This record gives sequence, C-alpha cells and structure tokens, in this order.
Amino acid sequence: MPAAPTETAPVRIDEPTHDDVVTPDRPWKVIVWNDPINLMSYVTFVFQKLFGYSKNKATQLMLDVHYKGRAVVSHGPKEKAEMDVFRLHEHGLWATMEHDE
Amino acid sequence: MARRRIKRARRGRYQIELPAEERAVLRQLVSELGMMLTGEEMLGADPGLRRLFPPAYTDEPEAEAEYRDLMHEDLVERRRAALKTVTDTLEAAEVDADQLSGWLSAINDLRLVIGTKLDVQEGDGVDIDPDDPDAATRAIYLYLSMLEEEVVEALAKG
Repeated sequence: MPAAPTETAPVRIDEPTHDDVVTPDRPWKVIVWNDPINLMSYVTFVFQKLFGYSKNKATQLMLDVHYKGRAVVSHGPKEKAEMDVFRLHEHGLWATMEHDE
Repeated sequence: MARRRIKRARRGRYQIELPAEERAVLRQLVSELGMMLTGEEMLGADPGLRRLFPPAYTDEPEAEAEYRDLMHEDLVERRRAALKTVTDTLEAAEVDADQLSGWLSAINDLRLVIGTKLDVQEGDGVDIDPDDPDAATRAIYLYLSMLEEEVVEALAKG
C-alpha cells in the first residue's frame, strides 16, 4: 500500500488535519499474530467465544492469521481494544493493538 | 482410532475419561506451572513463561508499561484459577462447561510454555526421534495437543 503523501496542496484550510494530533478516541485495531503453537481449531473457537463471530467468520480470521501471518480481529476505542487484547492474552493468543489507519 | 477422552454428556456436562497415569502427568504439569506462576520474577528469564504474557503495544513503551501495571496481575490470577480448576476436578468423571473451559485454558498454557521451550515450529510432524533428548517432553506436548483438540471439539458442540 502506498504511503500517504507528506505534502499536499493547500486546497482547503477549514479541513481538520489529523496527521500530528492524537485525539483521545482515535480508533484502535486489535491484531492477532500467527504462532506455531496455538491450534487452528482453538484459535477459531476463541474468536467465536470472545467476539461472538460466526463459525465462518472466525474460521476466515483464523486462516488469515495462519496464512497471512496476522489478522485484525476487532476495532474500537482504546479501552475496548485494550480489553480485547487482555482477553486474547488470557487465552494465550499473540495479540497487539495499534492505531487504526 | 483411539478412544475419546473428553465427551459431551447431557445437560451441559462433559465426561472425562482419563487413565490414572494421564491424570498423574497432568497433576504434575499443572503443579509445576503453578509454581512458575508464583515466582516474583516471572517475566525474567524463562521464555516459555514470557510467552504467556505478550506485549499489547509494540511501539509504545509507556502505554505498554501502563497495560502491564493494569492487567498483569489479573492475567496471572486467571491463569492460576484455571490451574486450580484442573487440580480440583482431576478425579471427576464429569465437569461442567466452565470447568472444562478451565481445563482448556490450563492445557493451552501448558502447550505454550512447553512448545516455546521445545522451539516448536510450524509444520513440525508428530514423529518423535527416540534419540532426541527432548523425546519425552515432545511426547507430552503431542499428548496435550491431542487432548486440547478433544476439549475444543466438545466445547464447540455446545
């Protein structure tokens, strides 16, 4: 994916810029990373249990983790993302969070 | 095909049929992990134990420190509670869904710690070289994997 341009023509001045200012409720995404230990069936089960995802959606996310190395499993404000990461850690999954694009 | 050890029974109960020697192995493993989780310096040297507590933030040390301050004790407590559930129900013929979830959590934690120690890789087969000095540990790891598959399957059925 191409990086965002760093210089832009000053087309409008009333548009808020968001590059430098971190707003408190800027959304976060929760990422689960592949690891060689957690079983595929277990990862699918945990996604269903924690997020209420359907078997299909949970399986697709698990396959993304397995084959692509990572998958975004949830989004939200910082507190929610942190709680999701906590519950994933509780279940032994390798989860991190970062700012959403 | 081997006999199933974990089966869904009636009314949200689950049957556990483990030979005495398997219960003894589980008791030992659970007790060892429990001891490891009581150590003060648990995030220090042991990579297996570190695997149980991954970072939430990779690029933000301050946020990560805050996350650990807030969450680490809870994570330890929940892990210890799951281990206690296994210890308490190890001789039971039947457990409920919450108890079996405790089993799942404990078995998965054991696999994470042991698998990290063994440096398990994606695609490792199930054959064990008898000359491998880790052969016994690998056998335990594979046993736990088999058991976990059965637990997940039983719980996923509802």
